[in-house]
Amino acid sequence: MLLAVVETRKIFGGTTHLERVFFYLLALVVLVVFFVGLGLRVKKYMAGRPLDAGRFRRARVPLEKPGVSAPIPLTQTGVDIAANRTVSRRNHAVGGAHLLLFWGFLGLLAATIIVGLDYDVYGNLTRIFGGKELSFFKGWFYLAYNAVFDTAGLAAIVGAVLLAVRRIRDSKSSVELDYTRAQKPKSGYSRAAMTAGDHLFIFGLIFILATGILLQGLRIDAAGFPSFERWTWLGYLVAAGFGALGLHGSTAVTAHFWLWWVHILTALAFVAYLPFSKALHMISAPANLMVRDPGNTRRLPPPPPGHAGYLDFSDFTSKELLGFDACTKCGRCHSVCPARTGGAPLSPRDLILDLRQYADRKRGIPMVLDWEERPDQSGPKNLEGRLAGEVIEPATLWSCTTCMACVEICPVGIEHVPTIVSLRRSLVDAGEMDPTLQAALENIATQGNSFGKSSRMRARWTKGLEAPIPDARKEEVEYLWFLGDFASFDERLQEISRMLARVLTSNGISFGILYEDERNAGNDVRRAGEEGLFEMLVEKNMEAFSKASFQKIFTTDPHSFNTLRNEYPAYGLDKPVMHYSELLASLISQGRVSLSGLGKKVTYHDPCYLGRYNRVFDAPRSVITSAGCDLVEMPRNRTNSFCCGAGGGRIWMDDSVLEERPSHNRIREAAELDVGYFVVACPKDYAMFSDAVKSTGNEGRMKVVDIVELFAEASGELALAGSAPEEAPES
Amino acid sequence: MKIVVAMRQIADLVEELEVDASGADIDREFVKFVSNEWDEAALEEALCLKEAHGGEVVVVGVDDVDFDQTLFGALAKGADRAVKLSCGFEGWMPTAVRAEILARWLKDEAFDLVLTGVQAADDLDGQLAGVLGARLGLPHAAVVVGLEPDGEGFKVTQELGGGVTLTSHATGPLVLGIQAARQAPRYVPISRIRQAMSAGGIEEVEVEAPPARAPRVTRLFAPEAKGRAEMLGDKPSEVAARILELIRAKGVGVS
Amino acid sequence: MAENDVVVIAERVVGGHPDVTFELLGKAKEIASALGGEVHCLVVGDSEGHECLGASDHLHLVEGEHLWPYNPHAWESAVSALLSELKPRLVLASTGTVGIDLCGALAAQSGAMLASYVVDLSLEGSSLVAVAQLYGGKLMAECDLGEGPAFVTAIPGSFAGLAARVDGVADPIAHGHEGAEVRMRHVALTEPEKTGVDITSEEVLVSVGRGIGGQSNIELAQELAEVLGAGLSASRPVIDQGWLPKAHQVGKSGKKVKPKVYLALGISGAPEHLEGMRQAELIIACNTDATAPIFEVAHYGTTADLFDLVPEILDLIGG
Repeated sequence: MLLAVVETRKIFGGTTHLERVFFYLLALVVLVVFFVGLGLRVKKYMAGRPLDAGRFRRARVPLEKPGVSAPIPLTQTGVDIAANRTVSRRNHAVGGAHLLLFWGFLGLLAATIIVGLDYDVYGNLTRIFGGKELSFFKGWFYLAYNAVFDTAGLAAIVGAVLLAVRRIRDSKSSVELDYTRAQKPKSGYSRAAMTAGDHLFIFGLIFILATGILLQGLRIDAAGFPSFERWTWLGYLVAAGFGALGLHGSTAVTAHFWLWWVHILTALAFVAYLPFSKALHMISAPANLMVRDPGNTRRLPPPPPGHAGYLDFSDFTSKELLGFDACTKCGRCHSVCPARTGGAPLSPRDLILDLRQYADRKRGIPMVLDWEERPDQSGPKNLEGRLAGEVIEPATLWSCTTCMACVEICPVGIEHVPTIVSLRRSLVDAGEMDPTLQAALENIATQGNSFGKSSRMRARWTKGLEAPIPDARKEEVEYLWFLGDFASFDERLQEISRMLARVLTSNGISFGILYEDERNAGNDVRRAGEEGLFEMLVEKNMEAFSKASFQKIFTTDPHSFNTLRNEYPAYGLDKPVMHYSELLASLISQGRVSLSGLGKKVTYHDPCYLGRYNRVFDAPRSVITSAGCDLVEMPRNRTNSFCCGAGGGRIWMDDSVLEERPSHNRIREAAELDVGYFVVACPKDYAMFSDAVKSTGNEGRMKVVDIVELFAEASGELALAGSAPEEAPES
Repeated sequence: MKIVVAMRQIADLVEELEVDASGADIDREFVKFVSNEWDEAALEEALCLKEAHGGEVVVVGVDDVDFDQTLFGALAKGADRAVKLSCGFEGWMPTAVRAEILARWLKDEAFDLVLTGVQAADDLDGQLAGVLGARLGLPHAAVVVGLEPDGEGFKVTQELGGGVTLTSHATGPLVLGIQAARQAPRYVPISRIRQAMSAGGIEEVEVEAPPARAPRVTRLFAPEAKGRAEMLGDKPSEVAARILELIRAKGVGVS
Repeated sequence: MAENDVVVIAERVVGGHPDVTFELLGKAKEIASALGGEVHCLVVGDSEGHECLGASDHLHLVEGEHLWPYNPHAWESAVSALLSELKPRLVLASTGTVGIDLCGALAAQSGAMLASYVVDLSLEGSSLVAVAQLYGGKLMAECDLGEGPAFVTAIPGSFAGLAARVDGVADPIAHGHEGAEVRMRHVALTEPEKTGVDITSEEVLVSVGRGIGGQSNIELAQELAEVLGAGLSASRPVIDQGWLPKAHQVGKSGKKVKPKVYLALGISGAPEHLEGMRQAELIIACNTDATAPIFEVAHYGTTADLFDLVPEILDLIGG
């Protein structure tokens, strides 16, 4: 008698009805735990301020760029998630392994859902209502299912193993995997649980995947290698392996029975564990990527209504709370942070982990092996303490340079900087700050500049110019030049300002300045947390703009550039804002000026607020290369540029506690390149790096120059100020 | 405890001061006026005392350019009342006149302490605490760097120069010229000042400016740059060599 | 004639009589002789060391309850009583704590003129004319004190007058004073702690100001001081920031120093500081701001950055 061969397999690994009931009860419990966990999290996000609260007065920026200041379209986020683009960025090895695991896991999830639909839903429904249990899990469908999802299984396990190997191998050497806190609590702390949780997660996953594959092998082995199971190619290979080891017949059946239960129980445990652990990122990370808003850091959100800054849990936005949950402790922000690198008590990773722990404790949400132990109730355990000042130390908050390197690299779309500024606002409101910062803010409030100079001295740098600069308040000009404090008041930079004025005048650019009416633009005032002063500065500058007639603005200072371009539109500024590097580059591209080859070997430092914040990378480079310079890129360039340490108000604070100033770190990076010139396009950079070149002992070897100095020299107008460094290599 | 803090505006020394057409006063037309920094120390001390011991802080002063700004700042920092004494006085106000105006207002106020800055950059005819103290017939002290109530009165610490400090005890009321508060004057966020401004709250009192004897300034002038240093240039290596030469020529220190 | 007399208030509160008293005595003699009057010197409280005040024509020693150690309320009452007896044309004191404590109040009580921050004083015709330093030293005011009684508080160091340190006084006049109305009681007089640091005894001082930037940079100055065999001192902002202990402070509120060489690094030269160091034999100032007032008193100056300059000096000595 010929038996019709039906290509299928038994789904349930148990044998008795009791086991079936047990399984269903357990599965039910697991699902309840899973959804309760998820529900607790969602309720936590709902307890935050509405998502919209962060999307502040979205006045159109005249030159809005998607992904920079405009929101990222959901379709692009979809592609980013599907391709793990944010994970692969700057680390293709980890990204590739994660992509294998990501798609492999999604495949297996789909496989499980299909089987569940067939067996638990379709099978049970037909049995109860039709009297006969039916299944579509057979025939060609079964064969294709196995062929496809075996591949997914292999991808997942290969990806997971690669990630586990990397985690073990690099645990000592990698900065990213080092869980040592940047800010050391007095009481001490332990993050052993976090490390254990990481291992539980990855090795647990590998265990579940591996037992699944072994199960397939045992099943095929026990069934006597039916030929159609060759489609279950991975299981068939494993079964062949068992066969070769002599595992046959009833032994294989028994082994399958027990292993099935082991696999099912660990898999169910994993589902229950997911919302309470690092595994949550499988849900929270894509969700957070979908709500990320690049404009948020460039154009800071206003304080919560009625509060000067963040005071307690309810001040966090839903998006921030979701972001805390999305963090996987990947450590990329920790590794790129200039504060952390310099030895300051700030790590963006630690900040997010602390805030997550604080938020979860506040909401009574338990975590499985994903917390930090402390012997006392300090830091995130201090539920009654002040959020800014006790839960998070003031020194931690003040260490941030707002360089945005963390936001840029975060694979799950966390926006650290707006949160830090919101917390700083509370400190400022309480008057808690560095005396030097206080002095700077007081100077800005009374004089409109951080130098404490009379506002009437602002245009004093123009003395000595052959052609006086038009007063934009009195005559119409094409460009309004907004200098910023450093270019106006710092003696070293005044010379460069005069050089730019001469270059523009001789190239027939119609431009003017606001003279004593220009005020500090407020970018760093705002980022230091002094929102009221920022608003006052905006009002003063807008009033000055209204008195002047011009078509466009260009700035010397990238910080002013950022706030004028991204934040002032909400207060009524409707003129395009450029950076002087763009203006110089346009002179070159329009053929209005011809530059001769300087033949200097140089490197270029991307200012945070020009490059990373506003994506102006090419204009300064085109000035450099058009001037005939051989541009050698630093290892960290463009979006990965390393901050000079001056941003976010840090320039007004004491840096002497740092082990290594970020500017020194950066100059040492450049010193490796054997270039004679360190080219900058930012007044603060000029000041910071000129000092750093001296204090790192590179004075004879490298000279800090501004792009306008190269431009001026190459256009034959002026010799480079001062002499070339003695050992400057020429290309 | 009720503490009256007498504050005033002073020409911002950050500015370049110019002499007016009379040649005897600064050109007040364009100069910026800011709160006297020592008065800010007095206010800080008053606020610290209030925070530590309770009480009321009343800020008072003769109206001057942008004085509202100073009063709103004081209210934003935590002062309970701000009083502006308006008398339409113009030009340089002698300490004697200021003290007289304040004394007339104070006679209707009960207080335990009057704190003011130890000095102001233009108090040519004397520092306010002493003049006001004499006018009110109250004990007073200047260059105060420490102040602590002890139930029956106050322990007052003065700096006597050369690092010597003197602590005395006096029963109130007292008039004190504050050199430094126990902490640097606090920062008050602009948003709080704006809140104070929108809440109003400055009491304005019309007063008369009494005549008073004060030196008649006949000429105001910039000091001559006498004995300017001989400049050694700014090239560090050369300057360093010259400095060593100079030190060695004195026959001291380095061999 | 009493109405042509000049009174100098001796402001000794601890140790010996301060230099400013002799400067004032010198000026008092000059004015008194122009007026045709005499010089009185008031010593309140402890009369120890009064012998050196011989430049005065009359030395008054006031003793009584609460007058020693210095007590502002008791002194005011004692000096007031004596002045109403002497009825002088001019009373001289300094702009130090004692002068500020007494003169404003005494002038107000008696309705006399008062000029503060005086750096020069002369008699023109029958009027006293003072030159005062106002607006943080940015402007000078020449003012007419009229022909009536006047008080003048002078900035120490303004009048040359060490020549007035004359020993031997003929018959000091003793006065008693009752302290019944005195409402201040002495609690404590604290002299600076003896920390072993004595910047007044150094021949060379390396002195740092706000321009040193931060505590970590103090080391650089310390190193320079060590190789120069010098002491390390500082201006008020450095002390206020807590970068160096108080014992290192030069200035009105710190110590007065007279080293052979004073190397001022990053010190702008506030009046408070200049008062403490202007008598150094050789002052070399390093400040990037060419308009800093320190260059007014320095003999040599440079606008080189101290962070460039100091390593150069160290190199030169090391090499």
